[in-house]
Amino acid sequence: MDRAKLEDMDPADVPDASRELVLQLYGIGARRVWVSDREVPYPDGRLIVSTTDTAGIITHCNASFVEMSGYDRDTLVGSPHSILRHPDMPAAAFQQLWDEVSAGRIWHGYVKNLRRDGAFYWVYATVIPNVRDGAIKSYTSVRRKPSRRRVEEAETAYRQALAQEASA
Amino acid sequence: MSPVYQFTVSPDFPTKRMSSWFILNTWLQKATDLHIHLELYPDFASQRQAIHDDAVDLIYANPFDASMLVREKGFVPLLRPQDKSDECLVAVKQGSPIQAVEDLAPGCRVASTEDPDVNLVGMMLLEPADLDRHNTQPVSVDSYPLVAKALFNDDADVGFFLEDAYSELSNLVRKELRELVRSQISDITHVLLSGPRLTEHRERLIQTLSAMPGEPKTAAMLEELGFSRWQVVDREDTEFMIDLMDALMA
Repeated sequence: MDRAKLEDMDPADVPDASRELVLQLYGIGARRVWVSDREVPYPDGRLIVSTTDTAGIITHCNASFVEMSGYDRDTLVGSPHSILRHPDMPAAAFQQLWDEVSAGRIWHGYVKNLRRDGAFYWVYATVIPNVRDGAIKSYTSVRRKPSRRRVEEAETAYRQALAQEASA
Repeated sequence: MSPVYQFTVSPDFPTKRMSSWFILNTWLQKATDLHIHLELYPDFASQRQAIHDDAVDLIYANPFDASMLVREKGFVPLLRPQDKSDECLVAVKQGSPIQAVEDLAPGCRVASTEDPDVNLVGMMLLEPADLDRHNTQPVSVDSYPLVAKALFNDDADVGFFLEDAYSELSNLVRKELRELVRSQISDITHVLLSGPRLTEHRERLIQTLSAMPGEPKTAAMLEELGFSRWQVVDREDTEFMIDLMDALMA
């Protein structure tokens, strides 16, 4: 897979009833995805960890990341992090993320991620800039199990943000 | 006269391993021809004071303190135990109505030691119930057996344990506890770090300790410490772990 390129999802990987959508990904372009309504529960006690370069390309991911995403590690490393982008996530959420971390600040937020099999999982994510010798060299993202109350709040907020983006 | 280097171990090690650290230190002095004094502090506060006073040259540090030692005191990571990560376990008393973390409510009482990384990960494990240190009541005790005791006595609703410490509780005690959740982080480990005074001896320490599994006597010493071999770590490995800890603390 080329840098900053993402192949379309393969509908053969999606076992559940699904809808087909085309995402417009910043810096990448269009990606065709198939999305189901099946949620995969976040596994208790785990941390999902990944590191990206400053362009958002995955350079490291742990076993929990691989397992929850459904992709193999070779596919993930070298891919843009937006390989997990779910159409229910508003662009504004990621804009805010990049604005914060590229300014050297920590970002927290609730994220709905899209799996290779079209299902989704919610995380509470913290993204921190990795500063080495005074400069941001990469970003580390750590996800943990979110509370349901927070997920429900995020769902409502993201629906409203998506509606605003659609009408803009 | 050769200098005396000060060695210490994070106070979260199981008490039964105290003699194993002294045996390791005695051997390490002979194997490296360095004069190393092992000081085991009874608690985190006294060890931190020693670090603050620059009275530590070599330390087997928990991940929380490793962060501070690298960033603030110029320590350099040498080795970490291979295939042995620091995991935390959250437990309740048998018979507790709490069946899952999500059953815990604000105001619940949390028994824990001063172990900073266990407390950090333990609180993270309570987040799915919307709990944090601001809406829980801490019950601070000096040891993991006392965490269990606080649960038995109904002085706490839930307790945090270092996984190793939990497994070393007696069968009788463990039978009276019920595990709610256990972390599976893998990326967070203790680290052996050396301070500025040991700079010229770092390689000797790494080579000597890395060779331990090759001899039955020294391999047995490692087994007594709870792992089978040391793994060399570089600065970036440790920076990654520190970034992880920062993310959890943020």
